[in-house]
Amino acid sequence: MKNDFRARNHAAYWAFVVHRVSGVALALFLPLHFWALAQALQGEARFDSFLRWTEQPLVKAGELALVFFLAAHMAGGVRLLIIELLPWRDWQKTLLTAATAFSVAAGLAFLLNLI
Amino acid sequence: MTSLRAQVLLWAAQRASAAVLAICVLVHLVTIVYAVRNGLTAAEILARTSGSMGWALFYGVFVLAVAVHAPIGLRTVLAEVIGWRGRGLDVAMLAFGLLLAAWGGRAVYAVIA
Repeated sequence: MKNDFRARNHAAYWAFVVHRVSGVALALFLPLHFWALAQALQGEARFDSFLRWTEQPLVKAGELALVFFLAAHMAGGVRLLIIELLPWRDWQKTLLTAATAFSVAAGLAFLLNLI
Repeated sequence: MTSLRAQVLLWAAQRASAAVLAICVLVHLVTIVYAVRNGLTAAEILARTSGSMGWALFYGVFVLAVAVHAPIGLRTVLAEVIGWRGRGLDVAMLAFGLLLAAWGGRAVYAVIA
């Protein structure tokens, strides 16, 4: 069978893409996150000036994307653990929907608390 | 080519760290949403974490689990997407894991000490 776009255009494939993209994004973000937190070593004022820098709309948009990625990677990962480690049951077909709902809810909760 | 035994070990370490991370990330997401409600300030963050053995233990476990999980995941992605395989990749990913553990440990120390 030709492995073209039609063969890949289904929910489980997109779950794989989201898991992979979010995983790479989170792995690349981690050193930056740890560097930011280490600013506290140079005193509260230095840490505060960095936190003020993060108040820019573009940085907040990046944070929203990262919160969504974190929730999506976690929910998608739990789905994989359940599928791999538990005996197959029909309800596991709804895990994709549940993982999507969880990720969107986490993103919305972050957004609503920002504004 | 990684030996079968090494592949099984990496698979198990990835799943075990994932199970730990699922709990850590859930707590982290709740903390993030709670923490940003009035804007982030150094005083508020440090008031929560400074001198807290509970948060030190939590973030310590979180950092160790992610230092195991992220390099194994990245290793698979690099092998599949750009075809990087072999000893060079293994050494690079081991270094990435050790750096994550060191940088993460420093970050935890920064907000707890």
